[in-house]
Amino acid sequence: MSKLFSEENKAAFSNPLNLNNPIAVQVLGICSALAVTSQLKPAIVMGLSVTVITAFSNVIISLIRKSIPNRIRIIVQLVVVATLVTIVSQLLKAYVYDVSVQLSVYVGLIITNCILMGRLEAFAMQNKPWPSLLDGIGNGLGYAWVLVVVGFVRELFGFGTLFGYNVIPQFVYDAGYTNNGMMVMPAMSLIIVGCVIWAHRAYNKES
Amino acid sequence: MKLNTNGNVYTFCYAAVMVIIVAFLLAFVASALKKTQDANVANDTKGQILTALGYDKAAINVADVYAEKVQDNVFAEGELKAFDGNFNTTYGSLIKNGELHVFTATTANGEQAYVIPVVGRGLWGGLWGYIAVNETKDKVLGTYFYHESETAGLGARISEKWFQDQFIGKPIFGEDGNVALTVVKAGAAQQENEVDGVTGATLTSNGVAAMVKDGLTAYKEFLSGAAAQCPNKEKCQGKCSSEEECASPCPADESESTDVEQ
Repeated sequence: MSKLFSEENKAAFSNPLNLNNPIAVQVLGICSALAVTSQLKPAIVMGLSVTVITAFSNVIISLIRKSIPNRIRIIVQLVVVATLVTIVSQLLKAYVYDVSVQLSVYVGLIITNCILMGRLEAFAMQNKPWPSLLDGIGNGLGYAWVLVVVGFVRELFGFGTLFGYNVIPQFVYDAGYTNNGMMVMPAMSLIIVGCVIWAHRAYNKES
Repeated sequence: MKLNTNGNVYTFCYAAVMVIIVAFLLAFVASALKKTQDANVANDTKGQILTALGYDKAAINVADVYAEKVQDNVFAEGELKAFDGNFNTTYGSLIKNGELHVFTATTANGEQAYVIPVVGRGLWGGLWGYIAVNETKDKVLGTYFYHESETAGLGARISEKWFQDQFIGKPIFGEDGNVALTVVKAGAAQQENEVDGVTGATLTSNGVAAMVKDGLTAYKEFLSGAAAQCPNKEKCQGKCSSEEECASPCPADESESTDVEQ
């Protein structure tokens, strides 16, 4: 048990949450961070989907890492990710149809997410399955929290709602406040991601 | 024994085996689940039709309510005929081929309604929807819209209730007799046949506007009721110059229609 949660394994999980965050430090997966963060709910769904898929594809690649021919390793990784995503979406469609309708928009974005390829190439190809699983979950959650922060800011100021519920009281609007249409545009999410990276690096200056 | 994983032969074999395994896996999953998926899709389509009629599809047994309240018809030659084929889940190609499905139904409020399927294109992919119109076919009673792959949080919001509810009570036709129901820029809806689009999703909103216009125009014969007065309008092209003349069947087409029946 102690071996399962050694310092090294803990680091594989916790590093990507903060010091080696996929978005804030490695600057991976930005495209999807811009696309799905105009509201909080899709941001959370996307974050969780990427977490699950990163974790599982990390484990699979880690299991077969010694057999993969070096020259076609990227293709093998892509095939594994695409197959996994397709099968999962087929299963969802057959057994939990409502969830699959919700996720259908994200399937394409998950397959092409740079974080997946980045983690498979940088971690799963060199490590055992268990640390790879932790690394996958850690990176997925590290990605998810940035998405949630951006989604929170954009939905609050862009629509005046959170999870679709109005949170800005009517008297504020009566006093002349209006929702910021700029927040709804993808350009604004790039600026917010920039602010998150700025704050994150200012806070972690020493390291 | 250590395999040489860099050799050409190994690489080729690995790729071939991988492709075969993946292909079988995907084919197996797809065929094993197809039946369940199709049933889900059909059930969901029925749920969408019921949503347009004002039912809350999460709170009812969709299959039962659909069977009780909705009747699938095809509009042809000026009248509705009960459709007895398998339930369709997509209507784009059917409408293009002139097979116009109309669902007669009762809404959640007990009103008599007709539901019309519409199909269009958004920014990234297809859009579709169902529009419930009232008994006199001039006002919208409810709508349902959905999309294949519009941007989450922007274009995808056309599937939200606030957007679809804007259509309720809107007149379909303008003064010139053409379909006037449309979607305009968010916050700009002034006229009684305009609804607000989605902020930040102009192209998807335009797609919905075009879909509503084209979709309802395809059913104009059914909606305007002119066809009911002039059942042979198509056949006696040009021969009937006014609605009054149309009301009585054109003499020339008596023989034609009997031909068709034989």
